[in-house]
Amino acid sequence: MSDIVVEEMPEHRSLWGDVWSQFRTHKGALVGTLVFLFIVLVVVFGPYFHTIDPQFLDIRNKNLSPSWEHPMGTDNLGRDTLAQVMAGGRVSLLVGVVAMLLSLVVGAAIGVLAGYFKKLDGPLMRLTDLFLALPLLPLLLVIIMLFRDTLRSAFGPETGIFILIVFVIGITSWMQTARIVRGDVLTIKEQEFVVAAHSIGTPSRRIISRHILPNVLSPIMVSATLGIANAIITESALSFLGLGFPSDFPTWGRLLYDGANFMQLTPARVIWPGLAISLTVLSVNYMGDGLRDALDPRIRGR
Amino acid sequence: MLNYTIRRLLFAIPTLLVISFLIFAILDLAPSDPTGNLPLTIPPEVREKIRLSLGLGEPFPIRYLKWLQQFFINEPLNMIEQWFGITIGDSENRLRVQSWATRSPVVDLIVERMPQTLWVVGMSYVVGILIAIPIGVISAYKQYSVFDQVGTFISMVGFSVPTFFTGLVLIVVFSSTLGWLPSIYDTTHKVTDLASFWFQVKQMIMPVMVLALFNASQLSRFMRASMLDNLSQDYVRTARAKGLKERAVLLIHVLRNSLIPVVTVIALGIPQIFGGAIITEQIFRVNGLGQLLIIGIQGADIPLVQTLTFIFAVLIVLFNLLADIVYGILDPRIRYE
Amino acid sequence: MKKALLCSAVAAGLFAGNALAERGSDGQLNIIYWQAASILNPYLSGGTKDIESASMVIEPLAHYDETGTMVPNLVDEIPTVDNGGVSEDLKSITWKLSDGLMWSDGTPVTAADVAFTAEYCLHPEGGCQQASNFTDVESVEAIDDSTVKVNFSVAKPFPYGPFVGAQAPVIQKAQFENCMGAKAPECTDANFGPIGTGPYVVTEFKANDVVSLKANPNYRDAAKPAFATVVFKGGGDAASAARSVLETGEFDYAWNLQVEPEILSKMAAAGKGTVVSSFGTSVERLMVNMTNPDPALGDKRATVEGGPHPFLTDPAVRTALSKAIDREILVEVGYGEAGQPTCNVLPAPAIYASTANDACLGQDIEAAKKLLDDAGWVPGSDGVREKDGVRLSILYQTSTNSVRQATQALVKQWWAEIGVETELRNIDASVFFGGDQSSPDTFQKFFADIEMYTNNFDGTDPENYMANWSCKEIPSPENQWLGDNMPRYCNPEYDALVAEMSTTAKLEDRAALAKKMNDMLMQEGAMIPLIHRGGVSAHANSLEGVRMNEWDSELWNIADWKRAE
Repeated sequence: MSDIVVEEMPEHRSLWGDVWSQFRTHKGALVGTLVFLFIVLVVVFGPYFHTIDPQFLDIRNKNLSPSWEHPMGTDNLGRDTLAQVMAGGRVSLLVGVVAMLLSLVVGAAIGVLAGYFKKLDGPLMRLTDLFLALPLLPLLLVIIMLFRDTLRSAFGPETGIFILIVFVIGITSWMQTARIVRGDVLTIKEQEFVVAAHSIGTPSRRIISRHILPNVLSPIMVSATLGIANAIITESALSFLGLGFPSDFPTWGRLLYDGANFMQLTPARVIWPGLAISLTVLSVNYMGDGLRDALDPRIRGR
Repeated sequence: MLNYTIRRLLFAIPTLLVISFLIFAILDLAPSDPTGNLPLTIPPEVREKIRLSLGLGEPFPIRYLKWLQQFFINEPLNMIEQWFGITIGDSENRLRVQSWATRSPVVDLIVERMPQTLWVVGMSYVVGILIAIPIGVISAYKQYSVFDQVGTFISMVGFSVPTFFTGLVLIVVFSSTLGWLPSIYDTTHKVTDLASFWFQVKQMIMPVMVLALFNASQLSRFMRASMLDNLSQDYVRTARAKGLKERAVLLIHVLRNSLIPVVTVIALGIPQIFGGAIITEQIFRVNGLGQLLIIGIQGADIPLVQTLTFIFAVLIVLFNLLADIVYGILDPRIRYE
Repeated sequence: MKKALLCSAVAAGLFAGNALAERGSDGQLNIIYWQAASILNPYLSGGTKDIESASMVIEPLAHYDETGTMVPNLVDEIPTVDNGGVSEDLKSITWKLSDGLMWSDGTPVTAADVAFTAEYCLHPEGGCQQASNFTDVESVEAIDDSTVKVNFSVAKPFPYGPFVGAQAPVIQKAQFENCMGAKAPECTDANFGPIGTGPYVVTEFKANDVVSLKANPNYRDAAKPAFATVVFKGGGDAASAARSVLETGEFDYAWNLQVEPEILSKMAAAGKGTVVSSFGTSVERLMVNMTNPDPALGDKRATVEGGPHPFLTDPAVRTALSKAIDREILVEVGYGEAGQPTCNVLPAPAIYASTANDACLGQDIEAAKKLLDDAGWVPGSDGVREKDGVRLSILYQTSTNSVRQATQALVKQWWAEIGVETELRNIDASVFFGGDQSSPDTFQKFFADIEMYTNNFDGTDPENYMANWSCKEIPSPENQWLGDNMPRYCNPEYDALVAEMSTTAKLEDRAALAKKMNDMLMQEGAMIPLIHRGGVSAHANSLEGVRMNEWDSELWNIADWKRAE
């Protein structure tokens, strides 16, 4: 039986199969994936088991310590913290991942193009300078003033604001990724294997996808990890400024912010959202580590 | 290289002009109003008069040109006069860039706030780098060791917990409970002797640590990733094969090459020092440039915000250029023609 | 004459009692305002932080004390019709300065300085922020060195606008003479360090950060002030300002601590400081939009031409909305000691406070439901009431502020219980209260159904305040949305009362009129008052003499503050 498996293996070997088998050997990555999946499962299915409405105010039961009925206690308006953490997680995770992907795609694309094509380098980097220099807060006020009502009528208040927030975070956080990726591309471009690929007439598109991109994955992965945390926290700053979701709409960052002053009174209010953000970032980080190792041909072969 | 630098510097001028125009346009479009934070007991007609007295009655292009003139001609002239103690032309009636809220020259406000911002934010950056590089190097060299795991954990927590929270925790522990450190930064404090120096250190510890933790978390991740990439390169194997000591391999070959992308990150972060740290400055009342900016934005103080963000933009453009030049020096393979 | 003798005897007695006290003997006083002072000239900045920081340095002729009563400051008595200080036709008031007053630079204070102050603020190009204190002032003349007469163009039943209260202090002519009109903002040194008659003098001013002051060597009372130096620090947020007085004890006085009550009491439990509050005229209220804010109306949105509101014009709906609110809980959650439930938009001073509307104080969900049922609003399939295809769905806006957001959440839930759907919106204060013509989010434009904010009036006379709700004050595109009548309430009877008040002189009659106007607004439901708000501050237990005051600057009697033994 085992003989057959051994014989068949080489035929079924694919890139993604290899990546997966390497990924599995990375303990941190596995644990990270499990934790991340656990968090996702809790925020998606948790509300079906813990059925208290996160927006329901039970003013007579405010500032409660954790109990069976309220496993994470209640806030100063009597809202159940567990229900809020789960509802907030749905929004925060979605905002974090989507905004991170958006900023990553924009940042990596601009970085690779600027690093690889000398003609584009100047204009694209000046564009990056421009975005770095723009004052974020007034810019947000303008964007929201211009587009809020349009998006609200087109998609409804919640989806409309979700699109707006993801867009705002995405387009104001890609610059660092772009700069770093460009720097790496500049170095890699001069390496022998790229020069060799050039000399045998490989088209630029293929050089970028086959040779450049896999080699700039590690800074991209780091940016992705930091990007999720960044997006979750930026979202909280936005809602605090009245630019984000409506005020009764919980998100992790917002729960942490609102709870900060209650740290000594009801510590559970800050511990759980803080832990949720940290665990998410940590697990994404380990997944990123594992993925990078798995995608790196030099390590995979070992 | 010199040619390249000059070309980039020349190119920076139109870039900066475009940036200054865009900033002005955004500030002008933004819906906040300089009379918005005044008590409601001030009637609307008076508010309208205040707006007119601030010059808001003039059309947008004229206000922009006025700012350009004040910033690029009047302010430098004024600076020259102050440095050399001379008078050029009609200096009495030369209008400087005036903040609306304080009715005083913006440049003076910025100069007044430089010391505390440079001390606190600058120091935290240096501390952050000093922590991040060794952690990044060791974590990468001993990948998946206990040190690496703990380092990763702490830096991820450091990055994912926002500074408003870490700052508050520190204040509750060290100021409220233990009473060791002051929770409010005294900007009028002057260092004259050992005792006052010690006070300065004490009042800087908390804000510097909060920011340093945040900076170090970020930098150490990039450092580690970059080291890992280089450790698996062929030249490392070659260096080891020719019998170099491990220390030399690590510190001379690998570290130097790994620093290249990290230098970009560091250089790009330096303008942030001048931007101040809005949240940390607010928590500890360091009242530096970050606090000045946020007050300006909240109060719709357009001349102040415009000038601050523009200076910030100049720094960003300059340090990006610097990063590129350092890049070329560190990595001979990169050629700028 | 007899009275004057008595006064000086009392003063002599006080001096004897304080013989031990000595100017500057109590070291340093540390004050924290979480909004930093940006300028020390109240005529160029109307912000509370600027007015109050300046009040330590420059002073008005008379103050309001903590009960709202006028007390002489740079004068010996308050001019009235009875003592001949106010003319019979109510068109002029004559102030007589006390003898021997000196500026902190040692020069004498004269009537010319007072007259100059009015001239400075009335300059058409100066953009004076306190111009409303000088409304209808025709001229201010210095009759002799110590007598100044203010002439009004109309009869002024309440002639105490100019030079009374911290908003209208006297500035030195010699210092500001060359700073008139368009030149006002350029006098940075004067604006950052005005010469005054107050107990303290500015030694260093860092805009938006910190003011350092020292005792005024020429202050009129040789034994005061008790502190040699004052540090007035700004920045941060209310909670941490409270912490620095109540928990860490680094500061002696913290201003405007709008923090959740349970946090304040937890901090106060540390035993280092005391929370104090006092009440003025501030009322947190819901404004009800009588016009239609439907975006489909385009330019006519939220204007009288755009037509009445689809459901808020129904009195039953407005009453039901008010009845569903439990004001006690709003106080408990957001205000604590600094709030009292109220049913009046004019809750103070006591002679103006009406009791005719107190029925709204208790929450009554069932009565609210019944009102709506009777008016024909029946619950639809989703629980939201509707009539003739109109749903009771409300957009409820306010400025960004954690207490306001908590109030919004509570009100939303109560309204949901009576079958009214609510969408909440919060807008940055500088946008909401700013009058930017291009922004749709200002409180004047009121592109929402309900909006919430606090308003009050300076001093103790409500005439101008009550005139806010006359028809001509309705904001509209024609007047660039500059108007104070946010609910767009318009009633000729009300306008007649406003006109009557402006010609009535007797205090009792004025009080009766103001009450009548208040009751009319309340009973017609033009707005739903929620909470009578007080100021809340904290002082260290080692600080004595704080008399918290909402009618004037909180620092109005800082000359009397001293260290407890």
